Amino acid sequence: MMYMIRRFILLMTTILLVSMITFGVFQILPGDPVRTMLGTEADATQIENLRSELGLDRPLYEQYTDWIKGLLTGELGHSIRFSMPVKDLLLDRLPVTMSLAVLTLTIVLMVSLPLGMFAARRQNKLSDVSLSTLTQIGMAVPSFWLGMMLILYVGMQFSFFKISGYIPWSQSIAGALSTLILPALTIAIPQIAVNFRYVRTAILEQMQLDYVRTIRSKGMSERNVMYKHVLKNAMIPILTVFGLIMAEVVAGTIIVEQVFSLPGVGQLLITAISNRDFPLVQGIVMYITVAVVVINFIVDILYSVLDPRIRLR
Amino acid sequence: MDIVKRYMKNINLLIGLLVIVGFLLVMITSFFYTPYDVNMMNIPEKLHSPSSKYLFGTDEFGRDIFSRMMKGTQTAFAVGLLTVIIGTSFGILIGGLAGFLGGWVDELFMRLMDALMAFPGIILALMLVAVFGPGVVNTAIALGVIAIPAISRIARSGFVQHRDAEYVLAAKLIGVKPYNIMFRHILPNISSQIIVAATVTFATAMLAEAALSYLGLGVQPPNPSWGRMLKDSQAYLVKASWYTFAPGGAITLLVLGLYMLSNAVRDYMDPRSK
Repeated sequence: MMYMIRRFILLMTTILLVSMITFGVFQILPGDPVRTMLGTEADATQIENLRSELGLDRPLYEQYTDWIKGLLTGELGHSIRFSMPVKDLLLDRLPVTMSLAVLTLTIVLMVSLPLGMFAARRQNKLSDVSLSTLTQIGMAVPSFWLGMMLILYVGMQFSFFKISGYIPWSQSIAGALSTLILPALTIAIPQIAVNFRYVRTAILEQMQLDYVRTIRSKGMSERNVMYKHVLKNAMIPILTVFGLIMAEVVAGTIIVEQVFSLPGVGQLLITAISNRDFPLVQGIVMYITVAVVVINFIVDILYSVLDPRIRLR
Repeated sequence: MDIVKRYMKNINLLIGLLVIVGFLLVMITSFFYTPYDVNMMNIPEKLHSPSSKYLFGTDEFGRDIFSRMMKGTQTAFAVGLLTVIIGTSFGILIGGLAGFLGGWVDELFMRLMDALMAFPGIILALMLVAVFGPGVVNTAIALGVIAIPAISRIARSGFVQHRDAEYVLAAKLIGVKPYNIMFRHILPNISSQIIVAATVTFATAMLAEAALSYLGLGVQPPNPSWGRMLKDSQAYLVKASWYTFAPGGAITLLVLGLYMLSNAVRDYMDPRSK
């Protein structure tokens, strides 16, 4: 319990600092933000109006506390570019990004676990060495180029795949999959490469331990050694990587949504930056980061439940 | 099987060095010579497929892709190097002070680093680019800031390990200034971990620069950047599929070379990691 409270306090400090950084960065904008937003043609009254509308004429700490209150209640202010509440814009785009992230994670887990197990059992054999080489290449390919390759060699060859745009799940499940599978693969492949290595190492580490020798000498089949004992123990270190992968997947959606023209949160963020729509940028950055931090917190808690030794450290 | 492993290690070093030296030579050459002017447009020759005249073909404006690739190495190395310089110098300073002094300095700096690390890398980079604007230097600053937390953690753990070592105590007793103890005595002892981290930072910075330029928020035209070239090539994916391979292949090859080199360096400097 002490561990959880400590972790929770840490979570809160991190979120507080993240919010301060996100808020603070936009205070060091070179020049007058309002003038930058409106462009050079704006007249004095326009500038004054926007300034008071954005609350920029008030003291900094008041602006900050207002912004935090907004974050907590979900009222993130108005987007300048879309003249809509930031919240509505985000809610509109969230399903696309969420579906993409969940699909990607599923693919990463479904491929990297068996692959890592396979390679660990064949340590230093040709198949293991070639998989390790292949994954190294997988880590070096820029994800957006990978996406373009998938468009060229898979998307264009099979009529099932749509290479741009999004079809909602409610409209057609096959349609949604046809728009999401290639982008999901694009984000997944480098992450599979990373996770594969962790799985392989974690399993190899377990295999060297005494308990494996004991159960083997008792005559347990290799299959049971792997699935009933080794895999369970190896899952604990693998779980810690899950949080990291999660962050990478979220970051990956931003770039890959551009490659496949998916109307998700990432595309919204890029549009916001290009249009200097700063309230929107702040809101998106804050929510994405908090989501990642909270997921990592949950992973940590799960980790301590699975491995009580962690709590004593 | 030991032989396979040793062979693999040397291969890492060999290929890694070969790739990086190769790209460095291309970069140096590009300062004096490129087959064509990188920005010379030649519309009648646009989207020319690779031939002896145009090694990697031409782009949508008839510019020679090979020449632009050569010039692009300058951008890639400039951003990579600047990022590493920013990331390591601030990382060592922050991590070093935190680890060496301990106490509230440690707590304050490390919580701040935790918070920076909480942002997914590309998000923080995008936010900084939104504030500072695009361009080579601003991209490197943004990517350098992202690199600071990881390097500062490595530096901190190194400084914590060595802070109470006997040689540090001895140095303190003969009155060496804390500044000199930190940077002249402890730093050389932990440099291997930092060098490995710096190589990886270099590689990820190049990938991130390509990503930002692909999004149109990194290096701006007319400066040739591989990421930007990839973005432009996407519109001609069917009509001129060779266009995309030159920049895509170059990024992959260079990053792969850097990863291999960093693996080799790690194995060499820390035999335990084998």
